[in-house]
Amino acid sequence: MSNTDRPGGYMPRDRDWQPAGLTPAYKTTIKRSPQAALLSFPSTLSEETSPVFGHGLIGALDNDLIHNFAQSGESAIGPRIIVHGRVLDETGRGVPGALIEVWQANAGGRYRHKKESYLAPLDPNFGGCGRTITGEDGSYEFRTIQPGPYPWPNGMNDWRPAHIHFSICGHGFAQRLITQMYFEGDPHIRLCPIVNSLSDPAAVEALTAPLDMHRTVPMDSRAYKFDIVLRGRRQTYFENRAEGM
Amino acid sequence: MPQSLAYLKETPSQTAGPYVHIGCTSNFSGIDIYGGDLGTAMKTGPVKGEEIVLRGTVYDGTGTPLRDAMIEIWQPDAAGLFASANETRGQADPNFTGWGRSPGDMNTGEFVFETVKPGAVPWPGGGLQAPHISVWVVARGINIGLQTRAYFEDEAEANAKDPILTRIEHQNRVPTLLAKKEGAGSYRFDIHLQGPHETIFFDI
Ligand SMILES: [Fe+2]
Repeated sequence: MSNTDRPGGYMPRDRDWQPAGLTPAYKTTIKRSPQAALLSFPSTLSEETSPVFGHGLIGALDNDLIHNFAQSGESAIGPRIIVHGRVLDETGRGVPGALIEVWQANAGGRYRHKKESYLAPLDPNFGGCGRTITGEDGSYEFRTIQPGPYPWPNGMNDWRPAHIHFSICGHGFAQRLITQMYFEGDPHIRLCPIVNSLSDPAAVEALTAPLDMHRTVPMDSRAYKFDIVLRGRRQTYFENRAEGM
Repeated sequence: MPQSLAYLKETPSQTAGPYVHIGCTSNFSGIDIYGGDLGTAMKTGPVKGEEIVLRGTVYDGTGTPLRDAMIEIWQPDAAGLFASANETRGQADPNFTGWGRSPGDMNTGEFVFETVKPGAVPWPGGGLQAPHISVWVVARGINIGLQTRAYFEDEAEANAKDPILTRIEHQNRVPTLLAKKEGAGSYRFDIHLQGPHETIFFDI
């Protein structure tokens, strides 16, 4: 590795861009958000390392939610979609080998969970989770059904926009991220107290996947594109570190 | 206008929501697609060093335990080496992953990690940090994952020299970062999201 490629610590999180802990319109945050200031420190090896997930971990249907829980010869009900994109870091480099785990409601807005009580029916052929590992350029792809919006106990009549939950493990524990992908054009987005934990409209746009006609499979599936950006490391020749560290 | 810096913005976080267990501990949720959950076993064979159990509960501001949280830990082996592609100082214990993930107990919310006591890790400016385990908590009502660290109450000498612990302004809060010894090889690290015992959370 040349000196100019030598990675420094992680660039600090932009806490004005990221949601605050306390966003009272999302009521559960009121008793679950820390009140004291976060303690800021530069990253160390504990944050600049993370576990390695090999491609051997991933089964053939793990990224196919239409089929990975379905009976043989059957498939999940709902609009068939492909979700694809790249995992990048803030410097624009692809992040290979990142573990992506997704979970979502079925086409009727119902989760397969024992504490879930929404009256929409379960789909016997839909489990609602999938996973994959990014390729050399950070790219990934899933096949699934488009989830439905669903009501949730917060205000008297709050509905979540259709969304897919994403968990991403990159190359450093400092990059660990969980987020949600929304769908272009969904009128519930601007009404949602969870979405509105983001104060910058550009941050909401960053979570909104556009329809990508170029990646559709004609007569089969539509496609949505969702790129994910993880924290990047400073690149510097003049790293303020003791020799040999 | 000057040139654009052209950095990308980090993807904004959103809460893990009430059903994070479906996605990250699917087997625990009764959805057996993958043949087991990631992060349940940190030891894959005989390990070097002292084997310990780290357990705890996450409490909200009313003192109620969270049962819908997911807790992840990350740590080096007993020699202070990480099982990571970014580890350049040597080969970590091949039978220790360093990474654990827990949905907590279905009824009590208590998480339990069977792990090893971590070795010390260098501080970027030189010297060593006290042994610690990185901890990350997500749940419904947590908009962005909370980072903290579990240090060890019985490492008083190392803790007294640790570059982070010694620089904390409110020293009366340092005990919130110390795993308490409950017996031989057994430590408790409870996490309080709010209240008089609010855990110190990090922005690292
Ligand atoms: Fe959801």
